[in-house]
Amino acid sequence: MTFSLRLRAAIVSVVLFAAFIGVWHLATRSSGPATNMSPEYAKLMGLTATQGKSAMPGPLDVGAKLWEHLKRPFYDNGPNDKGLGIQLAYSIGRVGLGYLIAVIVAIPLGFLIGMSPLISRALDPFIQVLKPISPLAWMPLALYTIKDSSISAIFVIFICSVWPMLLNTAFGVASVRKEWINVARTLEVGTVRRAFTVILPAAAPTILTGMRISIGIAWLVIVAAEMLVGGTGIGYFVWNEWNNLSITNVIIAILMIGIVGMLLDQILARFTRMVTFPE
Amino acid sequence: MTDKFISIEGIARRYPGASGGTTTVFENLWLSMARGEFGCVIGHSGCGKTTVLNILAGLDEPSEGAVIVDGQAIEGTSLDRAVIFQSHALLPWRTVLGNVAYAVSSKWRKWDRARVKAHAQKFIDLVGLTGSEHKRPSELSGGMKQRVGIARALSITPKIMLMDEPFSALDALTRGTLQDEVRRICLETGQTAFMITHDVDEAIYLADKIFLMTNGPGAVLAEIVENPLPKDRGRIDLHRHPYYYALRNHIIDFLVTRSKSFTADVTNHDPRNVPTVRPGLTEPTIVSSPRAIETSPVQTIAR
Ligand SMILES: Nc1ncnc2c1ncn2[C@@H]1O[C@H](COP(=O)(O)OP(=O)(O)OP(=O)(O)O)[C@@H](O)[C@H]1O
Ligand SMILES: [Mg+2]
Repeated sequence: MTFSLRLRAAIVSVVLFAAFIGVWHLATRSSGPATNMSPEYAKLMGLTATQGKSAMPGPLDVGAKLWEHLKRPFYDNGPNDKGLGIQLAYSIGRVGLGYLIAVIVAIPLGFLIGMSPLISRALDPFIQVLKPISPLAWMPLALYTIKDSSISAIFVIFICSVWPMLLNTAFGVASVRKEWINVARTLEVGTVRRAFTVILPAAAPTILTGMRISIGIAWLVIVAAEMLVGGTGIGYFVWNEWNNLSITNVIIAILMIGIVGMLLDQILARFTRMVTFPE
Repeated sequence: MTDKFISIEGIARRYPGASGGTTTVFENLWLSMARGEFGCVIGHSGCGKTTVLNILAGLDEPSEGAVIVDGQAIEGTSLDRAVIFQSHALLPWRTVLGNVAYAVSSKWRKWDRARVKAHAQKFIDLVGLTGSEHKRPSELSGGMKQRVGIARALSITPKIMLMDEPFSALDALTRGTLQDEVRRICLETGQTAFMITHDVDEAIYLADKIFLMTNGPGAVLAEIVENPLPKDRGRIDLHRHPYYYALRNHIIDFLVTRSKSFTADVTNHDPRNVPTVRPGLTEPTIVSSPRAIETSPVQTIAR
């Protein structure tokens, strides 16, 4: 009996998942009613004290809550009580906007750096210094100059996603095979046409790889940024639910952050596959 | 003397060498070819053949001297001079048709899609790739890729074809077929062709003139060998021709021994008047050294 590797891997995944849920359930289940406790005190303390239940929600609690969220993802009961869908939409919107601006800046600039050794050398010291700065370190400066928390978050996304794209574009453009450039040269192809018909397709896989790294970083950073600036977004939601001591909601938010991050990565991976050419 | 369609006039190529000096790959190189001629360059690895070809193509610039084509000093690359690259240099994200069409639309920018396609198709058919138009280079064999390269070069109807070891990566059988094709096409279209090769038989089959280069650095064009074989020679029975072995031995002798010692042995070598040799039944005779032309009564060149 031989199953395909894929099927076997899927079986192992399911088993691991079930084991994880099982252990989680066992670790957080109630340990039976506690003895002699005055009814008032028991009421005050809730199930944690009376039933010996762990403060950590079990998988069933999380599942039930998740179902509730999924049924009403877009409700809006004021600033501190919005549906998960709305919060995620805010975060995705900020990431999308900051990322888009980064694309618009990084790709043409990366082209320039990749094509001109002069500009490459001239900009190198700035890039080397700016690149390792934690994007969140820009936050106070952004808040001070922009005076708008939401735009500041977008700026932080821009600044963190610009570097991988910029460097990958520059590298991809600079390392286009000499022979392909020579083909264009012998055909007397002009600079602009050469950039679009030879350099761009040749560098596209490298550029897309940079874009994929960038979207991952942007999604990591948005959670932290929203915790700082507050108001809306999945990062704020996590912080708010922590203040509400709703660990269930925190766990659900963590799960959602993971799923959305994965989807964003998959989208970019698909684009990368589209532009990759076999040699 | 016939016209000089291509004239390389005293070119040199130097690179900045180690410890501040310069390395001279070659200098004071003179070479000319008539319209419709097929020239092959033979020389050991590293003597500067590719450099000469790149300068002719306009991809590289000489440190000194100039190249004159059709009465005009060349400046940069031109659609009149097509290059067939050793590594075929196809754009891997384009199909066979896309690669050829790219060249066609580069030459005739105003043509519409259908016209470009029809023209490209004609040359794909010419090199025998009908049916593979929509394949990508990665789906082709080495010989097929090289054919696409040939079709691409021919599709822009150049005046000169420059080929850098176009067949060296191919198996003997494919190489033979492609040699036949290139020869046929060049004869039919009256191409002037300049080819680098390491294969002596390939040079004998294809070339009218074989340029022998000595070893680098400081390589010189030692000799021009005129091919004594008839124009209608066939690849298969090449070796049956009475002059074949004389020619072959002459070239091999050069490659084996004389290419190393040439610069030391020949002191009065004049790079502007490189001797032309035409190996025949007897000892090879110098036929066109400027002095020899007057004195030698045995003129074997029929022009
Ligand atoms: N960028 C460079 N810098 C320094 N030297 C170079 C450079 N490019 C080529 N050379 C030198 O020029 C010489 C000629 O190179 P070229 O590629 O023309 O040789 P070739 O005759 O085509 O050899 P092969 O038969 O191996 O292709 C070599 O000795 C090489 O070391
Ligand atoms: Mg070479």
